[in-house]
Amino acid sequence: MDILINALEQMFTPATAAFAIAAIGLNFHFGLTGLLNMGQAGFMLLGMYGYAISVREGLPMWAAILVAMGAAILFGLLLGWPTLKLRGDYLAIVTIAAAEIVRYVGRSNTLVEVTGGSLGIKGKDYKGPLEDLSPFPDERITVGPFTYHGSASDSWWLRVVAWVLVALFLLLFWRLSNSPWGRVLKGIREDEDAVRSLGKNVYWYKMQALIIGGVIGALGGVIWAHGSAVVADAMGRPTTFWVWTILLLGGAATVMGPVVGSVVFWAALSLIRAVAKAFIPESILPSTAIEPFGLMLVGIALILLVVFRPQGILGNKKELAFHA
Amino acid sequence: MPDTTVLDGVAHEPGVAKPDPILIADGVVRRFGGLTAVNVGHFEVQRNTITALIGPNGAGKSTFFNLLTSFDTAQEGSGTFDGKPLRKVSPHKVARSGMVRTFQLTKALEGMSVMENMRLGAQDQPGESLLTAFVPPLWKSREREITEQAHDLLHRFKLYEKRDDSAGSLSGGQRKLLEMARALMSKPTMVMLDEPMAGVNPALTESLLEHIIELKDEGMTVLFVEHDMHMVRRISDWVAVMAQGELIAEGPASTVMQNAAVQDAYLGAHHDTDLGEDL
Ligand SMILES: Nc1ncnc2c1ncn2[C@@H]1O[C@H](COP(=O)(O)OP(=O)(O)OP(=O)(O)O)[C@@H](O)[C@H]1O
Ligand SMILES: [Mg+2]
Repeated sequence: MDILINALEQMFTPATAAFAIAAIGLNFHFGLTGLLNMGQAGFMLLGMYGYAISVREGLPMWAAILVAMGAAILFGLLLGWPTLKLRGDYLAIVTIAAAEIVRYVGRSNTLVEVTGGSLGIKGKDYKGPLEDLSPFPDERITVGPFTYHGSASDSWWLRVVAWVLVALFLLLFWRLSNSPWGRVLKGIREDEDAVRSLGKNVYWYKMQALIIGGVIGALGGVIWAHGSAVVADAMGRPTTFWVWTILLLGGAATVMGPVVGSVVFWAALSLIRAVAKAFIPESILPSTAIEPFGLMLVGIALILLVVFRPQGILGNKKELAFHA
Repeated sequence: MPDTTVLDGVAHEPGVAKPDPILIADGVVRRFGGLTAVNVGHFEVQRNTITALIGPNGAGKSTFFNLLTSFDTAQEGSGTFDGKPLRKVSPHKVARSGMVRTFQLTKALEGMSVMENMRLGAQDQPGESLLTAFVPPLWKSREREITEQAHDLLHRFKLYEKRDDSAGSLSGGQRKLLEMARALMSKPTMVMLDEPMAGVNPALTESLLEHIIELKDEGMTVLFVEHDMHMVRRISDWVAVMAQGELIAEGPASTVMQNAAVQDAYLGAHHDTDLGEDL
């Protein structure tokens, strides 16, 4: 029973929402436009740094949000400018490398004054402004089987903010993907040259998609940071890989895919861990191996998904198979 | 027989000047490594005519198309379309300026419906810009016009019944038709068709020929690549022949077929080419 409640809890954590948001961003990239952004974690990390550092240095919350978004815009321009004219694989290579560079620079000792090095930035340095906005009481609140603090850190308030943000980005994706603008992006996903021959500035559309998806990823990072902390190593390649898993699991190019994917992904991961812990004897699977074991299953699940159900849970096979 | 009166006084020789050219190419050279795929000294297309570009396989016709539409860049040479220079202009700008093309290897957007393919061909949809896209009232009325225009064209191209199917479910010939109809959505002044009839069944070929003639009646200029000489004879006002990257002959279909250099080029390339009844 505890196992199930725990899985249920996992479905709605701020982290689940943050990953859903990052996957909505990736849905602009890959689902809509066919861009292979292999560095979504880099956008998330830049958003986290942008926000946390700004708040720590005394900027108001709205300005910190703008800094987070601005960092993602610059990152997108920088990555897109040399690669979006080339074949798709170049963007993949450049983004995977650039995201790693952001992480390395962030954790390096030279910038320890700014980024906190490998220890990162502590929650108390940046979580204040959002928590101050909380209308909920400053105490632990129990609703049914769930107990969280009203306002602080991993709180009810953060859950509300995170899921409202998810809803807003879903609305944004729905509106834009069903507009003539979204139609051009879908055309680019199918065949760039055809869209060029119809008089559309393909490069510029790809840049817009890259930036919008990246900014959304950065805001997902900000939410993630409020639920835990700003630590560079939390945003490495595995994070990008999870965002991809979530998107493909839920169904790329569908509106709800990223949310369904994130909810199912985190619930399943928690179930796997709990079940492994409860039923596999310590001698076969030591407790330290449970985490890697769960992630290994995620990897296998992703492979099976791409092979047997490339359109994901919600996707439409006709519209999008895995055809990058 | 096509009406060739405007071109009556024009000499039947390669690179000849036309009375009112819409498209001019000059000294265009494109090499791939050691191979010179295109080396056209001078070429003009008369406004509001149907001009066929023929030549054996590998003559450089598609490459020449790519150069004229900026999908490829020439090492040397220049060109103008409707008086505006073509060099270093990006392909989407060429299309916007009124010269749209189709591809020899059809580029239907297979994951999208036939209707969405068509809508994508239209110009001046404010909803295609990001900020306007948020506000449907700013683009819905234009969308209705576009939809209506698409319905008309789909009727003409016998694809109306297929409008909600995905383009990937169309046959090869239907995709050719869709690509051409989609190109017409932008109301171009000039259409460049790379083998529009390839793979289209004879009954549809007939109507396709009529469509092409209609385009001319509507004031457009057509340049098309075609291997079937019967088709070329039926609709073209003027024929340009390429072989090994060079323009070797120009003139009305009947004269060009008699040309010794043309016969050489074809027979040298493949002996069984059907050059039509005059051979
Ligand atoms: N991207 C490329 N790289 C190298 N060589 C090329 C390239 N594109 C075309 N060529 C070469 O240029 C020559 C002309 O090719 P092109 O496709 O223009 O011929 P074509 O006249 O359209 O022939 P077809 O009637 O068969 O379509 C050929 O010899 C071809 O091999
Ligand atoms: Mg060709």
